[in-house]
Amino acid sequence: MAECHPVGFQWVMEAKARGAKVVHVDPRFTRTSALADLHVPLRAGSDIAFLGGIIRHVLENEAFFRDYVAAYTNGPVILREDFRDTEDLDGVFSGLDGDGRAYDPSSWQYEGVDVQAASGQRDQLFEERTVTEAARGESHGSGGASIPPGEPERDETMTHPRCVLQVLKRHYARYTPEAVERICGVPQDVFRQVCELVTENSGRDRTTAFAYAVGWTQHTVGVQYIRAASVLQSLLGNIGRPGGGILALRGHASIQGSTDIPTLFNLLPGYIPMPHAHERQDLDAFIRADASGKGYWGNMRAYLVSLLKAYWGDAASAENDYCFDYLPRLTGSHSTYETVMAQLDGSCKGYFLMGENPAVGSANAKLQRLGMANLDWLVVRDFSLIESATWWQDGPEIETGELRTEDIGTEVFFLPAAAHTEKDGSFTNTQRLLQWHHQAVEPAGETRSDLWFTFHLGRIIREKLAASTDPMDRPLLDLTWDYPTKGPLAEPDAEAVLAEINGHDADGAPLAGYEQLKDDGSTTCGCWIYCGVRADGVNQADRRTPGGEQNWVAPDWGWAWPANRRVLYNRASADPEGRPWSARKALVWWDAEAGEWTGHDVPDFTRDRSPDHRPARDATGPDALSGTDAFIMQADGKAWLYVPSGLTDGPLPTHYEPQDSPFPNLLYGRQRNPVRHLPPPHPDNRYQPSGGEPGAEVFPYVATTYRLTEHHTAGGMSRWQPYLAELQPEFFCEVSPALAAERGLEHTGWATIVSARAVIEARVLVTDRMATLTVHGRPLHQVGLPYHWGPNGYSTGDAANELLHLSLDPNTHIQEAKAFAVDIRPGRRPRGPAARGLVRAYRERAGIDENTGTEP
Amino acid sequence: MTDDIARAAGHTDPPPRMGFFTDTSVCIGCKACEVACKEWNAVPEDGLDLTGMSYDNTQGLGASTWRHVAFIEQTAPPAGHENVDVFDAARGLSASDTPGELRWLMSSDVCKHCTHAACLDVCPTGSLFRTEFGTVVVQEDICNGCGYCVPACPYGVIDQRPGDGRAWKCTLCYDRLGEGMEPACAKACPTDSIQFGPLDELRERAAGRVAQLHAAGTVDARLYGEDPGDGVGGDGAFFLLLDQPEVYGLPPDPVVTTRDLPAMWRHAAAAGASLAALAVASFVRRSR
Repeated sequence: MAECHPVGFQWVMEAKARGAKVVHVDPRFTRTSALADLHVPLRAGSDIAFLGGIIRHVLENEAFFRDYVAAYTNGPVILREDFRDTEDLDGVFSGLDGDGRAYDPSSWQYEGVDVQAASGQRDQLFEERTVTEAARGESHGSGGASIPPGEPERDETMTHPRCVLQVLKRHYARYTPEAVERICGVPQDVFRQVCELVTENSGRDRTTAFAYAVGWTQHTVGVQYIRAASVLQSLLGNIGRPGGGILALRGHASIQGSTDIPTLFNLLPGYIPMPHAHERQDLDAFIRADASGKGYWGNMRAYLVSLLKAYWGDAASAENDYCFDYLPRLTGSHSTYETVMAQLDGSCKGYFLMGENPAVGSANAKLQRLGMANLDWLVVRDFSLIESATWWQDGPEIETGELRTEDIGTEVFFLPAAAHTEKDGSFTNTQRLLQWHHQAVEPAGETRSDLWFTFHLGRIIREKLAASTDPMDRPLLDLTWDYPTKGPLAEPDAEAVLAEINGHDADGAPLAGYEQLKDDGSTTCGCWIYCGVRADGVNQADRRTPGGEQNWVAPDWGWAWPANRRVLYNRASADPEGRPWSARKALVWWDAEAGEWTGHDVPDFTRDRSPDHRPARDATGPDALSGTDAFIMQADGKAWLYVPSGLTDGPLPTHYEPQDSPFPNLLYGRQRNPVRHLPPPHPDNRYQPSGGEPGAEVFPYVATTYRLTEHHTAGGMSRWQPYLAELQPEFFCEVSPALAAERGLEHTGWATIVSARAVIEARVLVTDRMATLTVHGRPLHQVGLPYHWGPNGYSTGDAANELLHLSLDPNTHIQEAKAFAVDIRPGRRPRGPAARGLVRAYRERAGIDENTGTEP
Repeated sequence: MTDDIARAAGHTDPPPRMGFFTDTSVCIGCKACEVACKEWNAVPEDGLDLTGMSYDNTQGLGASTWRHVAFIEQTAPPAGHENVDVFDAARGLSASDTPGELRWLMSSDVCKHCTHAACLDVCPTGSLFRTEFGTVVVQEDICNGCGYCVPACPYGVIDQRPGDGRAWKCTLCYDRLGEGMEPACAKACPTDSIQFGPLDELRERAAGRVAQLHAAGTVDARLYGEDPGDGVGGDGAFFLLLDQPEVYGLPPDPVVTTRDLPAMWRHAAAAGASLAALAVASFVRRSR
């Protein structure tokens, strides 16, 4: 965190000054470790074993927060009799299909809820299939997945052998300190120290927070990493309470914003799922299928209709389903890596890159370039001529002779982009906090903001289509595309966009919150969770009352979605009767006299719902929540220790080895996540033998990629800056003294690093900060690779992402960049065609073909 | 009193002496101070060089580096090492697989703005001067590049820029101070490792911080440059270190290089006088 979020780390330092203990778990000793109370180096790719070990410790020692777990989690819920755990099936769950590459999750469901209706079975299957492929798991960013109607069976004593807590106990029984030591390379005494720190600092009086970044997400089991932390934090009662939670440290200033109002293919604003191509699916059918019966997702129709009204204004009416049919439909997954595969097979012909440098920053950078070389057109908007804009004349494939400039048909447009200081707008940070920023200077020369580009592109396209009578063009022509512009560059008014996002009522008055949204077309709202950001017509994101001039929750700094709540699910900060768990950790509570929830933060609960409220049997939506259903976005109002639906790869986090790993899976017969997402075979995307397979010894070292404080992601914002470039002037790798001795690597000399995909070279830093671990009883050396560099710019070097394969998390389609296997040798890499020859020789030596590593 | 140095330099009714307290125990090595300094003061980039000195590719203070973050990787010997036979230990080094605790020290170095500033003493043009804030600043339009100040600095801070010839160093953002703003590096520091303020206040705060660290078991914490009784009369920019100054590349006992100048001149004068007397005496003898 100190490495990649130095500004945010000031709050960790402040917490530390107030007595907080900081534990840093990372393969490397980083700037964060330097300031932590305890650094725990572990093998990259083994975190579920590590977290599973802590879960086991918590369960075995009864260290969980029993009252919290019983009241607010699904720990007491009983599972169906036909559910089978990885304990029963040697590493897989029940429901694995015939070829072992996809799960039917129906057996994971709670006992007592209805089985999916049998009518329209063909469509149902079709939908289930497309749902799986299109990453439905990701579409619950604002809550849980839906569960079928019915009342789940419960055992309040949590002793029933099929209740979630007991299933959890059995599932994690084998994640012993001995297993953690062998799998992760974390000595047992260090591991016990972590367990004790976490459990001692959790309970009524204390809370523990987890912070993570892409070191957790970029795995074939990335979502399950986060789930493991969720299980732990729910058991310890650390969700919905001050000082608790699981904090995703984002890679850019507004990555949270770009999922809230998404740049993702499968989501509409506010985590409303994108509809799938499905016959006879009108608005009502879509809502029926996707809205949940209980909780605030029960109001999805109001959110969606208001969104459609924001998009299409007067053209959207009850008669035409509010233009629901104007929305594009998904026919499968269109994630970034599938887009690359579609470029390679020729079906994707145009590509916009806006502030993105996949030729350096995406996994298997070569495939990215080969895909771009197969396009008709490519638009790159960035500050500088990044590698993704120039690969056609000076990319690595030009050097190796695999591509010739004169053969490439892609027409490449480079459009200079304005920086955030040159435009108005908002950032949404990991705390869901929107903070407005103002333009400081006009963009120089021909640089323009993304808003300018997008608005005027749309305007020009609409002008060109104005005379069209083709129904296909109606969605574009009916759009409300009327933002006012200002200044000499005709810059669209960013606050007008914020006003559209906030929404207004039938009279045009700004809405104050999403509870005002209607499903009859009388309200508009561009993103329901952001409703209220411009309450009273005031830009609430632009508020900057200093911390010293308001209470410790600081509600008057910026604006947090939803409803300016700073801690989500904060009903859980009070006990079932509505009293704070402790005075020290009081956040919101029930005021019986006033008959409402109150407190330091905005209560995340229906304001006047008393703790003893029990809903009517036929109630739906928010009305179906009881007075103790603290997790109001969840379909059952509970925190999920166990996920009955919504994930593609299992209801409980389970340790699998990374796609390329020098080690066998010590816990199960199944080496890898069986349903990990593998794209179709490609000669430049070969996998390596793993574990005990012959050839695995050819790539004996674990490698991981990361960022440095001095640079930003793929370097577009930093490698061209002299003041940053001089601080980390070129690509280097970090190795331990033992690995340097083993392979003859010299400090500040050159190393050649090889995978089944590519060969790169890097300067060598030999450092004790790269610990040699003992894994599976033998020494393991790890290779650290900061991934900022490419051949262009002021500070240059090979791109670490050349080494990576495409093997993705099945829920989010995120690449496994944080744990893979390589070989490393002294000296510079071969040039030209010889570089390919070296990779080929490695593949032959390891016996790699198109089937290697593709087993379920 | 340290505040009197501005008055001694001719400023009437000066503001309190301002300075830096750099608490290296909370430095996260982000180098924002280096970048903010260069941005504000338009200091040029001075070379892309992967040094291999941990994450320190800046190497040291110089004409084009007015803030420098040092990175020191340490593996502490196991506890109770005082009585170890070092020759025995050295023989077993390669076999040792139980390294001591790892420490990564980071420290942002800067011009010390000494109470007794030798650079200022030796400057023949008056380019270097004492500001009303008690800081020491070079005036780029007066400096003639004679370079006397460079060997005069006991810390090796001030330096001549190649191709320019003039001497450059931290101004403690004199231009910002005049506007009531804090220096760029302190403003950019996310963890308040670099603290700016009246020197008296900073010294008090620093003493409290050391006591706090000692109480927490960090017995190696110490202040460097805060003592008005040291060889430079105390620094306007002082530090909290977690190890010996030498570890950070700082001189353990700096002395203002001009301290002995008066005595030297006195000796020289005496020597000259006796030489002259001798000469006169010899002539006197000859004339006899």
